[in-house]
Amino acid sequence: MNIQIRPILIALRRHKAGTALIALQIALTLAIVCNALFIIHQRLANLSQASGVDEANVFVISNQWANADESTSQVDAQVRADLLALRQLPGVLDAAPASGYPLQGGGWDNLVTMTLDQVKPTTDAAVYLGDEHFINALGLKLVAGRNFRPDEVSVVGTQQNITPATVIVSKALADRLFPDGKALGKSFYAMGTTPSTIIGIIDPLHRQGVDLSSNRYAGQSLIWPLRSADVRGIHYIVRAKPGQLAAAMREAPKALLAQSRMRIIDPKDGIQDYAAIRQKVFETDRGMAVLMAIICVVLLAVTAAGIVGLTSFWVGQRRKQIGVRRALGARQRDILSYFLTENLLITGGGVLLGLLLAICMNLWLMLRFASQPMPMAYLIVGVLLLLVLGQGAVLAPALKASRVPPVEATRSV
Amino acid sequence: MFQYYLDLALRSLKRNKALTALMVFAVALGIGASMTTLTVFHVLSGDPIPGASGTLFYPQLDPQDMDGYQPGKEPPAQVTWIDGMNLLRAHRGVRQALMTGGAVPVQPAQSDLDPFFSDARYTTADFFAMFQAPFLYGHGWNAADDDAKARVAVITRKLNDKLFGGKDSTGQTLRIKDTAFRVIGVLGDWRPNPHFYDLNTGGYRGVEDAFLPLTTFRDLRLDRNGSMDCWGRGGGDEDHLETATCVWLQFWVQLDDASQAAAYKQFLVNYSREQHDLGRFQRPPNVRLRSLMQWLDYNKVVPSDVRLQVYLAFGFLLVCLVNTVGLMLAKFMRRAGELGVRRALGASRRNVFAQLLVESGVIGLAGGLGGLGLALLGLWAVRHQPSDYAELARLDPTMLLTTFLLAVGASLLAGLLPAWRACQVAPALQLKSQ
Repeated sequence: MNIQIRPILIALRRHKAGTALIALQIALTLAIVCNALFIIHQRLANLSQASGVDEANVFVISNQWANADESTSQVDAQVRADLLALRQLPGVLDAAPASGYPLQGGGWDNLVTMTLDQVKPTTDAAVYLGDEHFINALGLKLVAGRNFRPDEVSVVGTQQNITPATVIVSKALADRLFPDGKALGKSFYAMGTTPSTIIGIIDPLHRQGVDLSSNRYAGQSLIWPLRSADVRGIHYIVRAKPGQLAAAMREAPKALLAQSRMRIIDPKDGIQDYAAIRQKVFETDRGMAVLMAIICVVLLAVTAAGIVGLTSFWVGQRRKQIGVRRALGARQRDILSYFLTENLLITGGGVLLGLLLAICMNLWLMLRFASQPMPMAYLIVGVLLLLVLGQGAVLAPALKASRVPPVEATRSV
Repeated sequence: MFQYYLDLALRSLKRNKALTALMVFAVALGIGASMTTLTVFHVLSGDPIPGASGTLFYPQLDPQDMDGYQPGKEPPAQVTWIDGMNLLRAHRGVRQALMTGGAVPVQPAQSDLDPFFSDARYTTADFFAMFQAPFLYGHGWNAADDDAKARVAVITRKLNDKLFGGKDSTGQTLRIKDTAFRVIGVLGDWRPNPHFYDLNTGGYRGVEDAFLPLTTFRDLRLDRNGSMDCWGRGGGDEDHLETATCVWLQFWVQLDDASQAAAYKQFLVNYSREQHDLGRFQRPPNVRLRSLMQWLDYNKVVPSDVRLQVYLAFGFLLVCLVNTVGLMLAKFMRRAGELGVRRALGASRRNVFAQLLVESGVIGLAGGLGGLGLALLGLWAVRHQPSDYAELARLDPTMLLTTFLLAVGASLLAGLLPAWRACQVAPALQLKSQ
């Protein structure tokens, strides 16, 4: 099939403004859609971050103490009684005290140094406090070393500063501190005056936070063998037996209230399973991804509608010329390919400009919003998307044009 | 004449309903998206205390040791207890207040209410007058109460409704952490946005429900929260917060004019030098005195996602407008014959131009109305998001007017090029081809 490009270009020269506008629209759409797709992908990648937790069976109770003037030992006695009661529930596999939990949002992190007098910290680690049940209660995977022994766990009071001698770290932190892979038995400092020795390695263990500063130290966390006896409150991490999550979540607060009523468990979010925790912590990411997706779809729809509208006008305007061409021997498919090619040329031009705009926009986003550089793949996907969209949009008016009968040539407008 | 053009425009728009709908819809979508995001941005970047924010300043000092010292680096965002108290007692501003946030366990007198935690702000006497907090009943405390570590409390209307059924509760007893506080004031509706005086505890949350004297907070060892930055080996353990090498308090000062501000800045430099001579400060004087709005700006309070959404929405509006320009151009050019006849019958270029602009104006107006509807829908959706600024997303008169000007302005602008191109058509040529 011999497609004549020159006549198309000459014809387009008579519609300079219209051609330029549609090309501009395609360029802008491409630039926005590429960047939006990139943002969507980044946000969705956040959403699927692995926590390391047995999320199907674990829930968290946020328990605040109502009588605030109890001593550390009184609070600890209550915590131990609570844990015993929780572990005895029929649907519960294990329970542990915790200062925080993965994907909590916000969180507690300490700077890590290799020596005591080091001024510039090596890295940063999220800090979890827990007892010998902590790993099992969260369902974390111990890939090297061992768990805490009960005699290694000590009690920490309100705002008290204790640095335990042993620590379990995430593999990400171990690899960051000891790239040779021999972290077990080595020690480091985490804002304390005494070192902690690594006795176990877990993989993976997400940090509490999901914000930008957390992502820089992704997956770097440590667990200290400390049972919190903070007068303000404590988190209980409870792991239900498979399939008994709902029942355990119903029974657990009753068991706690039977122990003592001097506690506050928020009726709204005092007890959350991991589905709810994940939902909450990634709320803004999901919202942004959904918004971007809506904008993309609507933008593409508007652009497609614009192409349909403009081409329909051009077809209407050129009925007589099409008739002449048909009368002179052009087949229906020649007319069809004429309009498809015309659209390909315009879209092609728009796409070239759009690539430039997309890259500029990405550079600007990197400058203003600390975004990542966009991989080429997004540009390629965007270009293909718009070329297909253009051809699809032009198809209906082009088919209509191809059905213009040759007799049209003899009619006046 | 306008009436006639309007009639012509409506006829022309009716002739091609699908196209008209497409143009109106595109404009409406663009306007709706831009106005939703712009309104959220407008609300979030607003002035928390209109009229007085220019006189409120946030002093910063640098009390850190020489570890990690770099000349010109920003001083810490908060102050230590010692510096806060020194600045407070120096009394160099018109008013000043030192504060931090926390949470207190409230034990209601009613047996049917379980104890609960309430957010609290521990501050000093000038807080209420300086930030123009409105009182529904009673008043704030005075400097003597601060010195006496008085067990007094100011509560919000919300807490008053919950505990005292909304009645004037001044003089009543409020039990916090087994201590009886006397309620001396109830605040009326007050929700400064952003939550400027302490950005660490959430940029857009409402005000705390209970206000207690800062000295009382330390006397009773109540719980604090917010950010704390320490240096040296100074941990922030609860019993030595007064002497800890940690910054954890916010200090605000009211200075009524530029000369007072300049004098205060000099005072901060002198104070730093004096503390340096005493051996407390080790770094050379490094002070900042930002006004309220500068402080918000510096802290980038408006979430970057919200900014990104504004840019995105305006990009979207641009595409919609380009789309409308293209369609209008095609439409007007197609009517070249009709316009030629009008020109031949005596209409001047200006007349034709005006007629076409009226037509694009009608589309803009319809698009604006649709956009307004979509913006209201969008804001409704924003209000049902869980963010702490959700409830603030409402259209105010300024934004309503902006929407309309934007819609009509944008589509008139969009109509300019097509109308101008269409009235360039030579009438003779058009008539001949008939």
